[in-house]
Amino acid sequence: MKKKWYDYLWIASLLYLILGFFNILFAWLGLLCFFIPLIISVVQKNKGYCNRYCGRGQLFSLVGGRFGLSRKKDIPKWMKSKWFRYGFLIFFFAMFFLMLWNTYLVFSGATGLKQTVTLLWTFKLPWHWAYHGTILHPGVAQFAFGFYSVMLTSTILGFVTMILFKPRSWCVYCPMGTMTQLICKARNKE
Amino acid sequence: MVNVKRKQRKAFVSTEQCVACGCCVKVCPLHAISVPKGITAVVDITKCVGCGKCAKECPASVIEIQEVQP
Repeated sequence: MKKKWYDYLWIASLLYLILGFFNILFAWLGLLCFFIPLIISVVQKNKGYCNRYCGRGQLFSLVGGRFGLSRKKDIPKWMKSKWFRYGFLIFFFAMFFLMLWNTYLVFSGATGLKQTVTLLWTFKLPWHWAYHGTILHPGVAQFAFGFYSVMLTSTILGFVTMILFKPRSWCVYCPMGTMTQLICKARNKE
Repeated sequence: MVNVKRKQRKAFVSTEQCVACGCCVKVCPLHAISVPKGITAVVDITKCVGCGKCAKECPASVIEIQEVQP
């Protein structure tokens, strides 16, 4: 099959992760991966983002499939069950709102900017080299640190399940995928 | 001459468990599979030849190749 422009979006996903090592403010671009799938599912009533444009999925296909960095075993039953998928979505949302709350605290002046990237919601890594100050409010940087933590954590989880199971195992429990599928169910019922 | 009818093989999606990621769509050589409404993958039985590429690709392993009577 002839490759289309959107078959190269994995480059954008990879670039995003790399840019976060140099300037954390690039993390804001990650909002595109949040809003585009939602807009597509609401307007077009399909999962066009997952099906075509998801750069992260393409990256996993490439590394796990083409480069063979995957055991290609079946994912355990519980990981594809509804309760795990919806549970992970809720957990992800909770962590996301916690991140927004921390951003709010910095904006309000209650706390200072923390130049760390939190991996797996637990491990705080120093990340000061990627912040060189901004003319904007420090809260803008706090959001970037928080959002990059979300993106890096989910990428790591995705890579772990890619190695253990099939390349795109992340797609099974991806919160955005679960959410857009729910939106499609609701939108197509009308 | 004896008319031997061979059993055909087709892909079947477990629709309840499908996450509609579309990995199967990309690998189908006959474009027999699609995710029309973002809820589940749908196989066009008339086009499917049961090669099993989609079943192998499916990250949730919810596609099965089954024999059907022609």
